[in-house]
Amino acid sequence: MLANAVIQIGLFFLIVVAISVPLGRYMARVFSHEPTLLDPALRPIERLIYRLAGVHPETEQSWVEYAVAMLLFSAAGMLLLYALQRLQGLLPLNPQGLSAVAPDLAFNTAASFTTNTNWQAYAGESTMSYLTQMAGLAFHNFVSAAAGIAIAIAVIRGFVRRNAKTIGNFWVDLTRATLWILLPLSIVMALALVWQGVPQNFAPYVQTQTVAGATQTIAQGPVASQEAIKELGTNGGGFFNANSAHPYENPTPLTDLIEMLAIISIGAGLTHTFGRMVGDRRQGWALFGAMAILFLMGVAIATWSEQRGNPMLTRAGADQRASAAQSGGNMEGKEVRFGIVDSALWATITTDTSCGAVNSMHDSFTPLGGLIPLLNMQIGEIIFGGVGSGLYGMLVMAVLAVFIAGLMVGRTPEYLGKKIEGREMKLAMLFILVFPLVILIPAAIAIVLPAGLAGISNPGPHGFTQVLYAYTEASANNGSAFAGLNANTPFYNVTLGLVMLAGRFLMKIPVLALAGSLAAKRTVPPSAGTFPTNGAVFVILLVGVILIVAALTFFPADALGPIVEQLAMRHGRLY
Amino acid sequence: MAERKATPLWDGKIVRAAALDSLRKFDPRVQAKNPVMFVVEVTALAVTLILVGNLATGAHRQLGFEVQIAIWLWFTVGFANFAEAMAEGRGKAQADNLRKTRTETMAKRIGAGGGAVTLVPATELRKGDVVMVAAGDVIPGDGEVIEGVAAVNEAAITGESAPVIRESGGDRSAVTGGTTVISDWIKVRITANPGETFLDRMIGLVEGAQRQKTPNEIALSILLAGLTIIFMMVCVSLYPFALYGGTVLTLPVLVALLVCLIPTTIGGLLSAIGIAGMDRLVQHNVLAMSGRAVEAAGDVDTLLLDKTGTITLGNRMAEEFLPVAGVLPQELAEAAQLASLADETPEGRSIVVLAKRAYGLRGRELGDDGAQFIPFSAQTRMSGVDLHGHRIRKGATDSVIKFIEERGGRAPADLAPIVEGIARSGGTPLVVADNARMLGVIHLKDVVKEGIRERFERLRAMGLRTVMITGDNPLTAAAIAKESGVDDFLAEATPETKLRLIREEQAQGKLVAMIGDGTNDAPALAQADVGIAMNAGTQAAREAGNMVDLDSNPTKVMEVVEIGKQLLITRGALTTFSIANDVAKYFAIIPAMFVIGYPDLQSLNIMRLATPESAILSAVIFNALIIVALIPLALRGVAYRPLGAAAILTRNLLIYGLGGVIVPFIGIKAIDLIVSALHLA
Repeated sequence: MLANAVIQIGLFFLIVVAISVPLGRYMARVFSHEPTLLDPALRPIERLIYRLAGVHPETEQSWVEYAVAMLLFSAAGMLLLYALQRLQGLLPLNPQGLSAVAPDLAFNTAASFTTNTNWQAYAGESTMSYLTQMAGLAFHNFVSAAAGIAIAIAVIRGFVRRNAKTIGNFWVDLTRATLWILLPLSIVMALALVWQGVPQNFAPYVQTQTVAGATQTIAQGPVASQEAIKELGTNGGGFFNANSAHPYENPTPLTDLIEMLAIISIGAGLTHTFGRMVGDRRQGWALFGAMAILFLMGVAIATWSEQRGNPMLTRAGADQRASAAQSGGNMEGKEVRFGIVDSALWATITTDTSCGAVNSMHDSFTPLGGLIPLLNMQIGEIIFGGVGSGLYGMLVMAVLAVFIAGLMVGRTPEYLGKKIEGREMKLAMLFILVFPLVILIPAAIAIVLPAGLAGISNPGPHGFTQVLYAYTEASANNGSAFAGLNANTPFYNVTLGLVMLAGRFLMKIPVLALAGSLAAKRTVPPSAGTFPTNGAVFVILLVGVILIVAALTFFPADALGPIVEQLAMRHGRLY
Repeated sequence: MAERKATPLWDGKIVRAAALDSLRKFDPRVQAKNPVMFVVEVTALAVTLILVGNLATGAHRQLGFEVQIAIWLWFTVGFANFAEAMAEGRGKAQADNLRKTRTETMAKRIGAGGGAVTLVPATELRKGDVVMVAAGDVIPGDGEVIEGVAAVNEAAITGESAPVIRESGGDRSAVTGGTTVISDWIKVRITANPGETFLDRMIGLVEGAQRQKTPNEIALSILLAGLTIIFMMVCVSLYPFALYGGTVLTLPVLVALLVCLIPTTIGGLLSAIGIAGMDRLVQHNVLAMSGRAVEAAGDVDTLLLDKTGTITLGNRMAEEFLPVAGVLPQELAEAAQLASLADETPEGRSIVVLAKRAYGLRGRELGDDGAQFIPFSAQTRMSGVDLHGHRIRKGATDSVIKFIEERGGRAPADLAPIVEGIARSGGTPLVVADNARMLGVIHLKDVVKEGIRERFERLRAMGLRTVMITGDNPLTAAAIAKESGVDDFLAEATPETKLRLIREEQAQGKLVAMIGDGTNDAPALAQADVGIAMNAGTQAAREAGNMVDLDSNPTKVMEVVEIGKQLLITRGALTTFSIANDVAKYFAIIPAMFVIGYPDLQSLNIMRLATPESAILSAVIFNALIIVALIPLALRGVAYRPLGAAAILTRNLLIYGLGGVIVPFIGIKAIDLIVSALHLA
């Protein structure tokens, strides 16, 4: 089985490397306004959009203006989605006659899709009309992802520019990210999915007779188009409740591979975009390297743990060994089609990034296997990460790493020629503080309130893990469901909705301020005495700082959830 | 260089004073400046109060354990106080040395308009007052010589007993209060009010009284405060998390976890590191006007160095006699020697020595042989001797040519190539003639200091670019630059070109350091990010710079850069170490906290600590003792090696990063063995 895992994961990783380099180069061209192949087709559309929206593309914005534009855009989009859900019963493209979504759920969903979380406290096929899915949810799938990319680009500009007051134009970055990157990739991917059998129609649900003679309703809809951007934009909100474990969302091994690649590619590519834009491609490779180490560590542990299975089931007589006939290991909550490796790989990828699409149920993972997705999110989804958010999150960690250890070369800390001083540190700390603030504190409240405890489906540490996971995925804007937790209650809808908003915007504002502050600085040219941030030592340091600062923040909490579960399982104990 | 002797680290007097001082620092108003230690003090107080409350109500459960926790929490604060007090104490010892020079002196103040001289105490002098200082008097305050010339003994501040000349005008006009005039007299205009002199400012800085946080310290404090807030949230949320699992955590245990996690090691040592950095600078006889300047020194990218005195020995030496065609070398050497016998300049002496060494010509006594010496003058640009009808001259090429042409001679054709060859090699040609006859050229060579090439290589490895500043022509400058290994040079430098060079470097984002003494250096010193003025220089230069080198040694700038770097490295090393320590503390405390509710977590007790109480107590004790253990490192600084940044980083990451992860595992285990052996918990 080891060979199987190494080949699958290794092959996958090589394809990611191969895709990310040209994609990163292309994105660098798009945001540097260099000519691309798609210009003849897209430039007229771009100009039309600016004319209609009254945007002056050549006017640059300060970080405050940029942030205000981003916030206004998000607020308007969120209101629109809320209205659409509440009014869907009166609107067209609703063949199933689905009624208005409840206020707390509509708020939760609006917050969820605006923040690129795509946490779904509902089952799509029984709650959302086709119009809501396409005009509301899919729209946000595009623009929330594009907004993430825009901010990452603004932060890169902060490092590149010197003595500058502006960091770009949000509207231009948003438009170009959508038109040049997300839209073309989505079209190509949707066609590939349709080819593989994913439905794309407006048909009413189909009633059929099963082999056993019972009647079954099979949901339909414009799945392929939604599926493509769900992955590419690291959104993760499934058309169906079963998400990418559903055969209509993910019918074949090939679609499984395509979807996994789509989740990770833009995030991985942005590291190279960064390297190119700052004028030193090795800087991009360094971030890529740190991400790759954390990714491979995570997937190795998750796969190993899942493949090992549950010793208590072995004791009870279950055969968990891998053989030609079965993949073995812990198959509870996993698709037989995907087996252990693809499920563990997907779970790692979807939480490395802020995607949250699932092809297996993380709740049913072994505790250690489930700890990996949890930890991936807790360190801020910076392992390739959500489109844009992964890069700027990693850059904040890089700033932190440079600050902690950079003094050891005998100069005040600098990253890419920018001195990291009090103001930068303040903003970086504001960014980093958000995670414990919106994960630990709300989870601590939920775990003592009856309304919070009511949602827990398993007692003991696993129940605690469910609550911790819910707030972790919400704050990290991941949206993957640990399942198990009954979260469609007013308490969870409201608190998780607020946590999602806080997790997105409380972090974006300091990061934009950081971009503004860096852009205004002069750039110190590198010398032999400069802290080298494009080599192996820096990569190791960065990984170390992420593990010590970010992961240790959550060690006590995780110890009371997955870690104690894992130890108990090995000791043959249940809670 | 007269390096001040460093005070021994554990000097009994300083330790006693520091111990007392650290008690005074428990004052919350003092602690509030340091967020990390403030949190420790507040939580220590809370634990103590609860303990007292429990004692009063008899509700205690683990009295011995909790009392020990409380005691060690207080010790943690105390040790941090002690570290700071030690640094301040050592600074004070330095300051006392400086202060000795500021003994009560009387000044002879001259009334306005050259009026009568009155005797007043030095403390009553104000800026602008003029005083008369005669041989044997102590100069009553910082000032500038406005009249006269005198030999001054500055041993009181520099430790150098050889007297120096101070005179009005020129670049040697500044005098420092506390130094003694040993010959002649000078009139001095006082330039600083009492309490505002260099010494006063420096004493304030090394004592820590006037110390303000430097920019990097502020940024670091923000990081430490941020980490403290994060770990407070971790500990606060842990209580309900534990409650869900049926464990009721007590305050002392939670506080123990908090104090172990927050970066107390660097938090406790941060100000000590800064004070010790200033202290090291004083040991090198450099006074910095602010801590900021020391930090900037570590960041310097470009060093501007004066050629004379820094790269070359101050004096040019005769290297070779190069006769023109038809003249024997001996003849040239003899004439050159004759012309130089009365020349008391080092160059003149070197000519005599070379003639003796190369041709065995002994300097003859010419005292009453009718010889008449012609001294060098700026008009003639020649010197020489008239003897028995010979008019021997040596001097600048064009002057000597003019001299022989006036006497009907002509410069031979091979003179020009010889002169040019010398200039191209970095030397200075000194042409010798006898009446109308041209004899040849003396090659005066700038002697590059020994070891300077290696020094520049070190600086290059550190990432510093060196630029030689010289008034020489570009040809000569290039030759010396090549010989000395300096990266670049600025020839025919004027105050304007110097200033322009600094601005150009800064426009590229570089930090520039320079050392200067003259009034015309003042603009450049003010523009440079680190401007070191020589103490012997003018008052204008001293006020323009942000450091003063008491030894007036132009190579000092390199040491200043190294001290700056060492300060930053020490700070970074202890920050890294402090944060890396958290890993082991988690493995000690988390299993101990939940051993009742979740016995399975005992597997995380990889150090096999004896009991939960002992595990927690050992972590807290380690956390407190590590501060004391690192005081020597904080005060002495991490040893600095001039390597490239990548090499230093790798090395320090291994020592302080990896070491920081491993050391506490060993330390906590060792303390646990002692704690359980003594049945403390």
